Amino acid sequence: MSERVTLDILPAPRWPELRLRDLWAYRELVYFLVWRDLKVRYKQTVLGVVWAVLQPLVTVIIFTFIFGRLAALPSEGVPYPVFALAGLLPWQLFSAAVSGSSNSLVGSANLITKVYFPRLLIPIGAVVSTLADFGISCVLLVLLMAWYRIAPGPGVVLLPLFVVQAIVLAFAIGLWASALNVRYRDVQYAMPFAMQVLLFISPVAYSAALVPAGKMRLLYALNPLVGPIQGFRWALLGASAPWPFLWSSVIVTLVLLVGGLFFFKRMEDSFADVV
Amino acid sequence: MSTPPAILVDSLSKRYRLGSGGSGPFTYQTLRDSISDATSAAFGRKRHDADKADQPTHIWALRDVSVTVGTGEVVGIIGRNGAGKSTLLKILSRITRPTSGRARLRGRIGSLLEVGTGFHPELTGRDNIYLNGAILGMSRAEIRRKFDDIVEFSGVSKFIDTPVKRYSSGMYVRLAFAVAAHLEPEILLVDEVLAVGDVAFQRQCLGKMQDISRSGRTILFVSHNMPAITRLCDRALLIAEGQLVEDGPADRVVAKYLASEFGTSARREWPDAADAPGNDWLRLRSVRIVTEALETVEAADVRCPVGIEIGFDVLAQREPFVPGVSLVNDQGQPIFGAMDTDPVWRTPLLPGRYTSIAWIPGNLLNEGTTIVSVALGTHTAGGKMTRHAQAQEVVAFQVIDPGEGGTSRGDYAGIWSAPVRPLLRWALSQQRLD
Repeated sequence: MSERVTLDILPAPRWPELRLRDLWAYRELVYFLVWRDLKVRYKQTVLGVVWAVLQPLVTVIIFTFIFGRLAALPSEGVPYPVFALAGLLPWQLFSAAVSGSSNSLVGSANLITKVYFPRLLIPIGAVVSTLADFGISCVLLVLLMAWYRIAPGPGVVLLPLFVVQAIVLAFAIGLWASALNVRYRDVQYAMPFAMQVLLFISPVAYSAALVPAGKMRLLYALNPLVGPIQGFRWALLGASAPWPFLWSSVIVTLVLLVGGLFFFKRMEDSFADVV
Repeated sequence: MSTPPAILVDSLSKRYRLGSGGSGPFTYQTLRDSISDATSAAFGRKRHDADKADQPTHIWALRDVSVTVGTGEVVGIIGRNGAGKSTLLKILSRITRPTSGRARLRGRIGSLLEVGTGFHPELTGRDNIYLNGAILGMSRAEIRRKFDDIVEFSGVSKFIDTPVKRYSSGMYVRLAFAVAAHLEPEILLVDEVLAVGDVAFQRQCLGKMQDISRSGRTILFVSHNMPAITRLCDRALLIAEGQLVEDGPADRVVAKYLASEFGTSARREWPDAADAPGNDWLRLRSVRIVTEALETVEAADVRCPVGIEIGFDVLAQREPFVPGVSLVNDQGQPIFGAMDTDPVWRTPLLPGRYTSIAWIPGNLLNEGTTIVSVALGTHTAGGKMTRHAQAQEVVAFQVIDPGEGGTSRGDYAGIWSAPVRPLLRWALSQQRLD
């Protein structure tokens, strides 16, 4: 028989190894998990793809009425519906990815207790599958921009970077939340509330430029979501630049990500025993 | 040079915490529990700790298990529920980590702890083959290559594009096993897959596992199906309370396990005459199940004759009597009764120690546990029997089919329910039709 692979099974090490190579070996499973998520979602819903459009559409209409008309928030020279939608899309991507990934481990309990594969694939798969809805709702934004005859500036080439940043941030939070959720189901109740708070302290319905410079802005910049949302809107509409918020956003994201990876890996070995 | 073992387990232990202590196997805790634990710890509440000390906070699901399995061996793991069998398989298939000890496995591992892991009811049979295959560790190309074989093996090809939620449970299990059966690992870890499905399906599973074992793959197989263990495995491990208590030939370990479960064994002796069943005339001194070589046997090959040996004392010369036996299976179903009709019993025996053996021909009893009662009695008026010395359900033994042929089973591998299973002489003739 050919060369055999040798596997050593040992007690959990004090310092978890990330074993990213193992992750690569199982890359096809990510594809299948995402494929399953999407297939089941579009099969079980009557409106299917329409949901991906309906949700941002209705929200934008409400936002336009309340914040655009009643509160008359400034929208940096762009029609308010376009302005709001350009903030709403990265926000919804982020929030769907966070809630999807934080419930992903508990939702996959039957897999975790019956078969081995790198557990990181589960939150990764959950985050990746939210990109599908995001792609579809982006069509809505393109149509709206065409309607208002707004063309994106040269900054649009940086657009994917901001999307990646939002996704990575969501994944980093998802790592913490999903691993904690296995042990403390409180997370499941805390997350929607945290998302609600985060929506108001992020520049979705308004521009971050409204936040007065100085201490206030410094504090505001601690919210890592400000960077990618401002960036997304800037890249597409040429609104106020995200730079003052970007550095903190990148740092916070990286800290959350690296910490989250190690935390997840450390908890990983006990998932099957606890979930 | 001999090949290195496929599986090397070195003093493997797994400890679970019980209750709200944290990583208990059955509970998850809420944040509030942790916070209150942390605060009470911070304020040094001794009472809290004292309460906890009263009850064990940990259980050892597995303790200091060491075993070596050679390449190509088929090893059964038996034991009661909760003995640690599944924990061992879970550690070897990397689902959970050991608390201490280590294991080394050589070869591609396929583990099948449940049939149909990851099946999604909304997806079609076709989709689920891909999904389940990927979850079990197959690549997309591999699944595509084996797809037709899998569908054929499952026998659900007509419904392959129907969501599996519309499948009968039999079809569902069939499809799921078909995927797993095509995994082709070098080391296969299987937990209780035979507990589901109908007889035909179980036969198919056993057949497939036999194929796998014949192709030189190493199999670790947990089951409560003792006949399946003895038929499939060369060797068995008995695990009790997390520890390896027996390791040896499958039939012997199975017999030992069943004997410990049913509390009887194939030998019973009364060394002290005062305790022996009987009266001032006849006394039983020993009962044994023996092979033709007169060795005590716990697990008898279904093809070989077994003897019920009765040792007794005749204390006085009185009247003629006969020995008799009766057999039931572990469901309490009577198998048969018999007594010795030889003319030698027509005259009274002289005082002394005697041994009588009743031979049960090979290929008569069915697989499973047989429980034996013995008696010495006299015929009385009206065709009745008076028992002077008797022992009810005194010894038990296993009948085992090693699956090497030469039995009434033929190629049938499923469950065979009847008290007896004789190998009959059959005759076939063809009639000429004009």
